[in-house]
Amino acid sequence: MTEAYIFDAVRTPRGKGRKDGSLHEITPVQLATQTLEALRDRNNLDTSVVDDVVLGCVSPVGEQGGNIARVAAMNANYAETTAGFQVNRFCASGLEAVNIAAAKVMSGEADMVVGGGVEGMSRVPMGSDGAAWAADPAVAIKNYFIPQGISADLIATKYGYSRDDVDAYSVESQKRATASWENRLFDKSIVPVKDVIGGVVLDHDEFIRSSTTMQSLGALKPAFTDMGAFGFDNVAIQKYPEIEAIKHVHHAGNSSGIVDGAAGILVGSKEMGERLGLKARARIKGMASVGSEPTIMLTGPSFSAEKALKRAGMSKSDIDLWELNEAFAAVVLRFMEALDIDHSDINVNGGAIAMGHPLGATGAMILGTVLDELERSGKETALATLCIGAGMGTATIIERV
Amino acid sequence: MTDTIRYEVDSDGIALLTIDLPGANMNVINQQLMDDLDTCVDRVLSDDAVKGAVITSGKAAFVAGADLNMLGESTGADQTPEEAFQSAFRLNSIFRKMETGGKDRKILAKQGTKPFAAALNGLALGGGLEMALACHYRVCADHPKLQLGMPESQVGLLPGGGGTQRLPRLIGIQAALQAITTGKPFNPMTAAGLGIVDEIAPLEEVVAKATAWVAKTASALAPWDKKGFKYPGGAGAMNPKAVQTFIGASAMVQKQTQHNYPAIEAILSCLYEGGIVDFDTAIRIESKYFVKLLADPVAGNMIRTLFINKQAVEKGSLRPEGHERKKIKRLGMLGAGLMGAGVAYVSAKSGMDVVLLDRDSAAAEKGKDYSRKLVEKGVSRGKVSKEKGEALLERITTTSDYADLKDCDFIIEAVFEAEDIKKSVTEATEAAIGDDIVFASNTSTLPITGLAKNFTRPHQFIGVHFFSPVDKMPLVEIILGEKTDDATIALALDYVSQIKKTPIVVNDSRGFYTSRCFGTYVQEGYAMVQEGITPALIDNAGKMVGMPVGPLAVGDEVAIDLSHKISKATRLALGDDYIESPADAFIEKMVVELERFGRKNGKGVYAYPEDGSKKHLWVGLSEHFPPAAEQPSVEELQSRLMVRMAVECAKCFEEGVLIDASSGDIGAIFGWGFAPYTGGPFSFIDTYGVAEFVAEADRLATAYGARFTPPQLLRDMAANGETFYSKSDTRGRLAKAA
Repeated sequence: MTEAYIFDAVRTPRGKGRKDGSLHEITPVQLATQTLEALRDRNNLDTSVVDDVVLGCVSPVGEQGGNIARVAAMNANYAETTAGFQVNRFCASGLEAVNIAAAKVMSGEADMVVGGGVEGMSRVPMGSDGAAWAADPAVAIKNYFIPQGISADLIATKYGYSRDDVDAYSVESQKRATASWENRLFDKSIVPVKDVIGGVVLDHDEFIRSSTTMQSLGALKPAFTDMGAFGFDNVAIQKYPEIEAIKHVHHAGNSSGIVDGAAGILVGSKEMGERLGLKARARIKGMASVGSEPTIMLTGPSFSAEKALKRAGMSKSDIDLWELNEAFAAVVLRFMEALDIDHSDINVNGGAIAMGHPLGATGAMILGTVLDELERSGKETALATLCIGAGMGTATIIERV
Repeated sequence: MTDTIRYEVDSDGIALLTIDLPGANMNVINQQLMDDLDTCVDRVLSDDAVKGAVITSGKAAFVAGADLNMLGESTGADQTPEEAFQSAFRLNSIFRKMETGGKDRKILAKQGTKPFAAALNGLALGGGLEMALACHYRVCADHPKLQLGMPESQVGLLPGGGGTQRLPRLIGIQAALQAITTGKPFNPMTAAGLGIVDEIAPLEEVVAKATAWVAKTASALAPWDKKGFKYPGGAGAMNPKAVQTFIGASAMVQKQTQHNYPAIEAILSCLYEGGIVDFDTAIRIESKYFVKLLADPVAGNMIRTLFINKQAVEKGSLRPEGHERKKIKRLGMLGAGLMGAGVAYVSAKSGMDVVLLDRDSAAAEKGKDYSRKLVEKGVSRGKVSKEKGEALLERITTTSDYADLKDCDFIIEAVFEAEDIKKSVTEATEAAIGDDIVFASNTSTLPITGLAKNFTRPHQFIGVHFFSPVDKMPLVEIILGEKTDDATIALALDYVSQIKKTPIVVNDSRGFYTSRCFGTYVQEGYAMVQEGITPALIDNAGKMVGMPVGPLAVGDEVAIDLSHKISKATRLALGDDYIESPADAFIEKMVVELERFGRKNGKGVYAYPEDGSKKHLWVGLSEHFPPAAEQPSVEELQSRLMVRMAVECAKCFEEGVLIDASSGDIGAIFGWGFAPYTGGPFSFIDTYGVAEFVAEADRLATAYGARFTPPQLLRDMAANGETFYSKSDTRGRLAKAA
């Protein structure tokens, strides 16, 4: 079987996902286009060798609808022969896109593929595409649907994470992200976003709140208390009847931020890389996706990590760095507990609590981030994973070459 | 002219369809009425001389809904899906023909059709309201108490005559969801405000107004048949507001129903799916969900117990024959504590004079304060007029003098549950009252036959067991002493009927029927704690299986020290026959060692914070009852709770405490909230399968103790393939005479 290598990884900075966010004036297709352009230009890539562009996007409607991947490839002036398609694995879409790109290479279907993702959350709000899972009563009731915030609070309740635990994790995320920016650790990947007249509208992650402390987080009210009281707490308890009451600990300060952004990763075979004179940065050692209990929903990462390790014939101790999307603080706390991972080995550059989570793009972003960190720190292997709506996990293991 | 509808055409060519079922005091939609309506609609549509039609009723009410006896029979009927659909779709197709004139959609949108108007002279519920909604115009009488609603969900069904489609298209999804899932009716003013009715008129003018509208309307078209129709407030899987409504409603519904009421879920689906498709597809979807509910045992069980049998006992089916109905004019109420005060209130409310007696006048007045508070609340909320409230209070006379009981024609005693106090009160009363006056005791624990010994006329001594709070709880359990005679039973039932409550009649036994069987629920919960099962899991199991509260929470409400007292008294009375319960050790420890009596002293299985914040499980419990490392599944606990109660109910049946299965089902649901979707413990056993139930009870007996052992009666029934109910027998099996 052909092996799949990562040749490059880029991402836009993340803009606040609101009207006053710096990327609000930029169309999502532009965000995706500029990452594709960067991959091409940084690598002097003859795009006629790029077989496919796979982009994750979680709300693929309106301006993000109609197969944004192919449209972005056309828009970036890639060769007409470069195909494109959009995938939706909810929050892991960007990582799944990379895994699909790798699988295409491994299977011999393709030699060079871009995997990535895009989400303009300020323009196409979460939930814009509807969902039978939440809205169709026959589906929602049968499957004990609860919103993710309640799921995160359910994790905290079930596994005993206090408000202080989740807040402390979040303060650390802000610190790490701030330090990473101060030390210019993201420079290798960041592609500043430009407007139609060529001006840079954003060159850094603008969501970070460096001044965050336990005191400042302590002032925030739990976000999901009312929603829970409306009925969702009760639904959660019907699925987890050993619980007396859901303790609501999550709020905007210990959950991932709503932001705009895009990312792209260039994946290909060794032979094609050599032919193009590209230096392989990492090899994709393992990949896996798995379904998990959908009501608690966000415990999938540990299962997907275990599955990917097993399929790669590796064990936990073979992984030097871990990267898990910080959807909610409790998700990471649970992952660390389940796999017995030290906080110093995971999300070392901060994560989505500090920098934001542009749904369809995040998976590709964190894979790029951990690749940069492997190179910087001289470490060898990393595993990136994300928790996913409706109870899933997707993981990717990479190894520097 | 058909059997159920009078058909007259006036000189302007307007047909008047007067629904008037022969030999009935209410119009209900049965097979005959459907056939006749079909015929009449065809006649209106095909007769060129007829311009349009008005539908009204020849009874005081318009139409009270579908004939539930007919629906009850078709539950679980052996039909192919297509047959079942066709039969369920019949009503929809007749209504739709009335609405469209049978025209093709595009032609209809251009031409309209002959106008139909409903003249709602009285209550229109269920299919009655659906019929009106299928008319193009509705005029409603202005009586403020006239009810317009869709109560189908209350018996496990959905409005299957287009109600789930027309109502949301008229008033929006949110308001329609609320109305259909709760079954709460609208009054005419509210209905007019929402657009459910078009015009309100004095009763004597409704037909004229409806006729006038038809006369001036050349052709009519339902809003949803117009091009470009939009739901008020929006609908559909991509409409953010509608989507939010359904996301929220699904959660709220699960909280309320704990996944036990398929009708509520089906109603949500009808509204959601119906908002995505066109009207004709939508009513087909509705009929299919209706068929699905009919095939589910929940609907049949709910219809039988909550409607047919409840109505039967309220109409006097338990009353011995040959005794003239009597009206109680003056009630002597002994004891003005919580129960006495409540009984005084409901009795005065029904129009009786009440003599409320207690030790001293201050105590009696305190009992009357209960009524004062309720009246005050009712007046402030506009539920009762000031005059009526004052009249109610004037009917209650307080006293401490037994001589004031002399003109009473019925006595209820609700003094402290101690034999000696009961005795002296009974004797003092008997000396003061007429020598044919019936004496009823509201004891909940002491056997009636024993108490009757304090009265020289034991044939006129009876138990009437009320539930707290009396003004809210619908059931009265009538208990017969060994010597209670039929005339006394009849009078007690007349009293219950007068205060508009639901009676059951049972024979004497320790704890009678309801207290005895309810007690097993709480006791089983305590046994589980004793075994090391975590309290959250236990109480959640209770709620999830359909009980209103978990066993531990309700145990705190009734008080753990009361359970202690009762078990002590029972132990004393039974001597060597007393069977030790695993709950005994729990109760003993909680009451004697830990002094945790329940909510009453702020300390029970739950802690009740003094600042009034929400109760929570007492953290110390795990110290005294250490949780087991392995916890059982919630399903196992649900089975234990349900089977334990049902076994005790079956024992009551076998022992002749109950006289029939339907009393057992009604008493369980209205007495202690036995999971209503089951139709009661006997319906539950039938639905479970008697043989399967026996097997499960035997399994539980082996695992947890002899209290689960099913009575011989159930083994015999299982062996003979018998059930408590059959299609032709809604009252259910009769118990052997006690």
